Amino acid sequence: MSTDQVIHLEKVNKWYDDFHVLKDIDLIVNKGQKIVICGPSGSGKSTMIRCINRLEAHQKGTIVVHGTELTNDLKNIDLIRKNVGMVFQQFNLFPHLSVLDNISLAPIWVKKMPKNEAEDIAMSYLEKVKIPEQAQKFPGQLSGGQQQRVAIARSLAMNPDIMLFDEPTSALDPEMIKEVLDVMIQLAEEGMTMLVVTHEMGFAKTVADQMIFMDEGRIVEQASPDEFFNNPKSDRTKLFLSQILNH
Amino acid sequence: MSSTAIQIISRSKYYNWLVKNLFSTWVNTILTVIALIFVYQVGSFFLNWAIFDADFRYNFQGELIIDRGFCSKNIVPGEYGACWAIIFARWNQFMYGLYPIEEAWRVNLIYALLPLAIIGILFDKIPFRRYFIYFTFIFPFLAYFMLYGGPGLSVVGTNKWGGLLVTLFLGVTGIGLAFPLSILLALGRRSKMPIIKSLCVVFIEFIRGVPLITLLFTANVMLPLFLPDGVNPDNLLRALVAVTLFQSAYMAEAIRGGLQAIPRGQVEAAQSLGLSYWQTTRKIVLPQALKIAIPPIVNTCIGLFKDTSLVLIIGLFDLLGIGRAALADMTWTKLYYEVYVFISLVFFIFCFGMSRYSLYLEKKLKTDNS
Repeated sequence: MSTDQVIHLEKVNKWYDDFHVLKDIDLIVNKGQKIVICGPSGSGKSTMIRCINRLEAHQKGTIVVHGTELTNDLKNIDLIRKNVGMVFQQFNLFPHLSVLDNISLAPIWVKKMPKNEAEDIAMSYLEKVKIPEQAQKFPGQLSGGQQQRVAIARSLAMNPDIMLFDEPTSALDPEMIKEVLDVMIQLAEEGMTMLVVTHEMGFAKTVADQMIFMDEGRIVEQASPDEFFNNPKSDRTKLFLSQILNH
Repeated sequence: MSSTAIQIISRSKYYNWLVKNLFSTWVNTILTVIALIFVYQVGSFFLNWAIFDADFRYNFQGELIIDRGFCSKNIVPGEYGACWAIIFARWNQFMYGLYPIEEAWRVNLIYALLPLAIIGILFDKIPFRRYFIYFTFIFPFLAYFMLYGGPGLSVVGTNKWGGLLVTLFLGVTGIGLAFPLSILLALGRRSKMPIIKSLCVVFIEFIRGVPLITLLFTANVMLPLFLPDGVNPDNLLRALVAVTLFQSAYMAEAIRGGLQAIPRGQVEAAQSLGLSYWQTTRKIVLPQALKIAIPPIVNTCIGLFKDTSLVLIIGLFDLLGIGRAALADMTWTKLYYEVYVFISLVFFIFCFGMSRYSLYLEKKLKTDNS
């Protein structure tokens, strides 16, 4: 079992000045698991996954990814970032680079891959997210859904074995949500380890094998989707689900 | 048929524009007329003075003007305009200072190559841009060798440099050296490392809080104190140091403005892909930040270019210094208007050029699809 364990958070605490964002977070993620994290805004769910690739630093507790502990050691941070991909709510594509350059940039500069090899890989991932014809365009010329798919391809091009999704569909128009979720479902079916912060409960029911509900910096409930949706234990989870499912 | 129709339409188009913008109401019409009279009066006065009633090389009697006594306006007072002969007589000094005239071809060559050296930086869609950029990096060494001299070329000390040569040398070199320095300062000011950050803040705020004249005096008097004995940099180099430091502080603030406009998500995305700080800075942050910062950067460059004229205060003969020297010459004295109008015109050409370039870039950036 323990060799399958790819992420381990133990008693993780984080403060923004006086504000206690994460309180004693314990979390174990096994290889190939798909974990969907939900909760009201300000509950710390984004902060938690941003701690996993050190976009945010935690102050107490330990975070171990692939047996490497996250500390201030830059070498460890680099090592972990190479294996952990991230997709953001606002896509964060590089507007001054073409789609192809957006994707091939990190393989060329981080993995020191020859340019044409990196571009071949970039094209193969663009095909995977079904927009190879947009390779020469700039991010500003694409729709939100296309941009988010490019962002996923950009992340995958580094060949990570863990993917973090931080509300990947929250900034999208409703008709574009499906095209992004479809790519994520496909990724899940291929066995990628995924941590997804989202309020797309349909998606959660389809792919998640663990649901996490967070509130006020704590993990309030962690259960299988079946348990979580049909028989939630805490009142706060019930309240949250009733609000999110009824609307 | 159709061509006359088009003529009528286009004529009515101008007519409509005139009516709408200049003669729409009585007040507007009166203002238009007053403005036109004013423009006509000032314009005709200036053109008559500067061109139609002016002497160039010969006076109204057809004599070559060799001192101010030959100027038409000094022969028949009140009848004639400017006497540009002083500019012709002093042309070499305006262009080269006291540079030996038999060596002036070296300066001319550098003047001619200067546009080639900067064109690659200014425009990104010219053919063979890569080679222009290579030339940009070779140019400073070439310019140094040609202007100062070395093996095969006689040495011309910077104390002999003057006029436009000094103005351009300080302006172009100052901007060129200040640019990389200002990028480091701007990055340093946003650094998370407290010592680097405070060093940059102190430097920028100190320089910005001090007039350039003070810096020039300081560089002139104090620079030798900081250097080992025997190392005695010449005046021009001291001025260059002052000008560069001054310019770098202002440019750094312009660049910092650009850096602040880059959303945090850009850096986070780059970091999450595993790019290092310098890779992120070079590939993601600076290309976007500099693009935004170009108009304010050009602004500071225009300011610096004009400020180079302050070096006359520490005894360097830039364009303005040469002009004042010409006026101090007994044979040409009192032709103030001619000299200062000419100097203004030269500064105007360069500054207006930079200003138009900045406008061109702003338009270009707006239409760029990023």
